Amino acid sequence: MIAVGEKVLMRGCEAMAEAAIRAGCRFYAGYPITPQSELAEYMARELPKYGGVFIQSESEIAAINMVLGASVTGTRAMTSSSSPGISLKQEGISYLAACELPAVIANFSRGGPGLGNIAPSDADYFQATKGGGHGDYRNIVLAPYSVQETVELTHLAFDLADRYRNPVLILCSGLIAQMMEPVEFMPFREEKEEKPWALRGARGRPSMVIKSLYLQDVELEGHDLKLQEKYKEIREKEVRVEAQHLEGAKLVVVAFGTAARVAASAVEEVREEGLPVGLIRPITLFPFPTDFIRKAAEGTDRFLVLELSGGQMVEDVELAVRGRVPVEFYGRMGGVVPSPEEYLTEIKKRL
Amino acid sequence: MKLVFDRPRSMKDKPMHFCPGCSHGIVHRLVAEAIDALGLRERTVAVAPVGCAVFMYEYMDFDVTEAPHGRSPAVATGIKRSRPDLFVFTYQGDGDIGAIGLAEIISAANRGENFSVVFVNNTVYGMTGGQMAPTTLLGQRTTTTPRGREAKTEGHPLKMAELISGLEAPYYVARVAVDSPAHIARARKAILRAFQIQVEEKGFSFVEVLGACPLNWGLSPAEAIKRVQEELIPCYPLEIFKDKEQAVM
Repeated sequence: MIAVGEKVLMRGCEAMAEAAIRAGCRFYAGYPITPQSELAEYMARELPKYGGVFIQSESEIAAINMVLGASVTGTRAMTSSSSPGISLKQEGISYLAACELPAVIANFSRGGPGLGNIAPSDADYFQATKGGGHGDYRNIVLAPYSVQETVELTHLAFDLADRYRNPVLILCSGLIAQMMEPVEFMPFREEKEEKPWALRGARGRPSMVIKSLYLQDVELEGHDLKLQEKYKEIREKEVRVEAQHLEGAKLVVVAFGTAARVAASAVEEVREEGLPVGLIRPITLFPFPTDFIRKAAEGTDRFLVLELSGGQMVEDVELAVRGRVPVEFYGRMGGVVPSPEEYLTEIKKRL
Repeated sequence: MKLVFDRPRSMKDKPMHFCPGCSHGIVHRLVAEAIDALGLRERTVAVAPVGCAVFMYEYMDFDVTEAPHGRSPAVATGIKRSRPDLFVFTYQGDGDIGAIGLAEIISAANRGENFSVVFVNNTVYGMTGGQMAPTTLLGQRTTTTPRGREAKTEGHPLKMAELISGLEAPYYVARVAVDSPAHIARARKAILRAFQIQVEEKGFSFVEVLGACPLNWGLSPAEAIKRVQEELIPCYPLEIFKDKEQAVM
């Protein structure tokens, strides 16, 4: 067993599995898919040692529905996959959101669309933050950029899922799944949440129902309004963002996940040359740090959004900036991960 | 006066929305009676299907969750594995179990999950208005087989009980019908036996119940009963296909 405070070298997806167990996850269902099958393998090996359940499901669809079943009983549950598998899970995610069931879903995303490839990509931003499945719902979306942060955000994911009774997506590129870094773990935690809504048999209380069917339009709208209230609260309370060198920056780079990791190196380098460049790294993609970026727009001349996609988060940056200053975009697709030099060139072009 | 017949404790005192002659009311009652008989009401979590029986929680007085269409066996797996102390069953229709959810039911059965399945086969999609189901009989006219189901293009009726009993893991697989008092008595026994098997932690139990859908068959309730007897039962024989306990006796 890994001691608290001990530094171990681990790949991102295995570190996430260890962190999930420590955060109280006692149910995992998943289907093999590259580049994150090691997470399922880690769970298969480790979870039963803590009284947890591991199931290799017949499909991604079954996996998310097994998680839904475990969540119905109030058990902390998760599934993980990579892009094409996450597409298959969307039906279940919509039901989880509608039934207000907590669940943690990790997407180590890869190049797409379609079968794409197994190289790192962040092109599932739209799917993660704008719905993905049907209906008016939102996932909480966390975007780690290192193995250590993956561990920390996994703990946070289970807490937020329970607090808001909502699915939480951890969105990071396949690079983080496979990248090995020194990492420290937090202590094991016992779940304390009461969960009076969980179905565990009608003993000493009236029978209860977990459902998402509301045939009367006004009744369903009432349920939808309740969900919207919750999303509003999440927007107010749960925004997480990191920023560097914004003071006096003529150009502000915005990037999340893997692109942010590369961008941070590039920004450090131009700062050493004395160039006025700042960096904003959204950690929560929903809720998006709209107000933070809006404020930053008051003090800069230009934004540059860097993504491992054809341009997805850039739309949210534009909505935040509201045309106050130009928002430019540079993206690589198909699993191409740019070097810091490539970003350096793009940054310098815009100064 | 002595009370000789009453509503099971596991049912609510509420008029049902089911159409006249629909079999769901009878099957609901048989399920509730079995749960009462085994004293399971306070530790039951049932999984409701998508279809006419989604409203089972309006009539059943125990915990119920909905599931996406066809996914009940995966949801039930999650419930039962995370809380083995709970009594878990799915209640499914023919489209749910034999079409959109075929992978989920076969896989759960093949894993030998320790929950029970009550499958109501009425050879038609009821709630959506009478389209062809995987169990629709050859020649049967539905809104999507207006000239009658043809083996050449729509395949043959899917025999779920036979399919499930062909797997190694399932402990108990039976097909019953609710067309007559004698058959209802047998159906009651089969559902009780299936639930008992789960209580004894013996594994997967499956009861297919042949029922009527007079509305979508275009028949009166009495004619629909006759159709169950004359057309459904010859295609779907009433049998205990598998009972591991009987096999060793």
